[in-house]
Amino acid sequence: MAEAVLRAEKLGVAFRIPGGRTKAVDGVTFELRHGETLGLVGESGSGKTLTSLALMRLLESPPAELSADSIVFEGRDLLGLSEAEMADLRGARLSMIFQEPMTSLNPLMTVGRQIDEPLVRHLGLSAAEARARSEALLARVGIPRPSEAAQRYPHQLSGGMRQRVMIAIALACRPSVLVADEPTTALDVTIQAQILDLLRELQDELGTAILLITHDLAVIAETAHRVAVMYAGRIVETGPVAALFATPLHPYTEGLLRSIPRITRIREAELPEIPGMVPAPGQLPAGCAFAPRCAFADAACHAERPTLMPAEGGREVACWKPRHG
Amino acid sequence: MAEPLLEVAGLKTHFPVLSKLLRRRVGTVKAVDGVDFAVAPGEVLGIVGESGSGKTTVGKSILRLIQPTEGSISFEGRDITNLPAAEMMPLRARMQIVFQDPMSSLNPRMTIGRILAAPFEIHGVAKGQELQDRVAGLLGLVGLPEDAAQRYPHEFSGGQRQRVGIARALALRPSLIIGDEPVSALDVSIQAQILNLLKRLQGELGLTYILISHNLGVVSHICDRVAVMYLGRVVESGPREALFFNPKHPYTEALLAAVPMPEPGMRRARVPLGGDVPSPANPPPGCAFHPRCPRAMARCAIEAPVPTQLGDGHVVACHLHGG
Repeated sequence: MAEAVLRAEKLGVAFRIPGGRTKAVDGVTFELRHGETLGLVGESGSGKTLTSLALMRLLESPPAELSADSIVFEGRDLLGLSEAEMADLRGARLSMIFQEPMTSLNPLMTVGRQIDEPLVRHLGLSAAEARARSEALLARVGIPRPSEAAQRYPHQLSGGMRQRVMIAIALACRPSVLVADEPTTALDVTIQAQILDLLRELQDELGTAILLITHDLAVIAETAHRVAVMYAGRIVETGPVAALFATPLHPYTEGLLRSIPRITRIREAELPEIPGMVPAPGQLPAGCAFAPRCAFADAACHAERPTLMPAEGGREVACWKPRHG
Repeated sequence: MAEPLLEVAGLKTHFPVLSKLLRRRVGTVKAVDGVDFAVAPGEVLGIVGESGSGKTTVGKSILRLIQPTEGSISFEGRDITNLPAAEMMPLRARMQIVFQDPMSSLNPRMTIGRILAAPFEIHGVAKGQELQDRVAGLLGLVGLPEDAAQRYPHEFSGGQRQRVGIARALALRPSLIIGDEPVSALDVSIQAQILNLLKRLQGELGLTYILISHNLGVVSHICDRVAVMYLGRVVESGPREALFFNPKHPYTEALLAAVPMPEPGMRRARVPLGGDVPSPANPPPGCAFHPRCPRAMARCAIEAPVPTQLGDGHVVACHLHGG
């Protein structure tokens, strides 16, 4: 097993609200191993994006309150670093790409200058060296006529091309970890396929570990090696992708997988649905957060919250009555 | 096929591109550029395509929310292409639309009760106690509690708001409902609830749907027939099984191959489809797909293929198949 390049221990994000605090992310522990893709999957409000922003220390505090036992990245605890030290890491060793490249690219700067920036800032290249490297990067991410493209502004590019530019910026300094938050959600399916292929190729080439945050289980199935399923601010199940999809242990994971409409020869009469909806943070039940929607819940589930426990095959599940168990 | 409920022939919807300064016409976006199809009563037709394919414009043109440039639309046996607004009004009760984002299609300052009462008031169908009863009936139909009538849209989750959007569309017992990405903004567990609701209502009320979506899984689950659009035209259409399991157009093949599957290790061999969808303001000559097509021939750049019947209602517009 490859060693962990990033390990978060009991990561939490809370917000002050009138009359108290609400925990949006609560005691999340996971590790990302060298060169692997870990999928962090969950529905709206599950806390997956907050988890990623907390890792990057990009949450504004206040209102957010970050707590963790440790976030160890390449042997250093990020919690102990100053803002200046974090800025040296971000974009160099630890990079991030977002869902909508239009809002994360600077509309007033040419694409070339935006890729030059980290190269000059982190690698100390001269302007000319940086530009030569930027053009090579643009070519590598599949942008035709790179020297021409470097002169363009983000609005002159299509959504798919903008996401390629974001990837070029993020990988310019060969980071050891890339956090990708819904990188293909805003893209059409044929463009999504291109971008996922590109990320996979670049990962093989550079050995970058990817934390892939998405709501789309199909994207996870295709790209991730391991997966962590989040529900209401906690990880409810982790494991290698093949095993987790074949025999989900948590009833929530099972429900999610079954509710995806698939292209099948015979049409199913009804899709299995998960009744009810995700509880709002601050209104979590006393026991398991999924218990009110769970078909298998009994008194124990409503009384006490299960913690993440090891299961067979390097898996973990937080459930009193795991499926396939 | 029985007498179609809706028939669209040679539909074109073009938008002018105006110059910045003098607002002179400098070009045309051919959002919909020659679309033909028919929908039988009780049928569910899926329209799929990527951004810019014109699928939303087709839906809005059918409802005359956008005036089409050319072609004809017949609904319940009547040509409605050029009906004046006053004559369209009673027909609007028969054809309704459900939008993607219910938050932006529900008035945030009106209670759900008033939102659902509006169709009855506008069409002068019911008032007083009968109106209240009808609203309560609609809430029950879509699985919302009766006290929802006193609450405002922001008090509901996305899935519940979409139930309100569906209830409003159903208010006047339409025969045709156009759903424009009705489940795209919803989480997968909620999406399943809404899809099941749409399917159940279709059976119970004998509705006809046109479902516009980019999600092929959703379309496969609910549709009887499917039309695939690319740059303003239908490139292939047919029964769902033929289209999903025996696609003929290289674009349909590529689209299906690009869909990620929720089964690890089941990755299909991808049809290499490079590049982006060209701008509908400046579509390529000949077959609009030819610059991205892995099987393009010399002829494809020059001559636009015409739709060819393959039998069983399977139609393809491609030179590889006699077009």
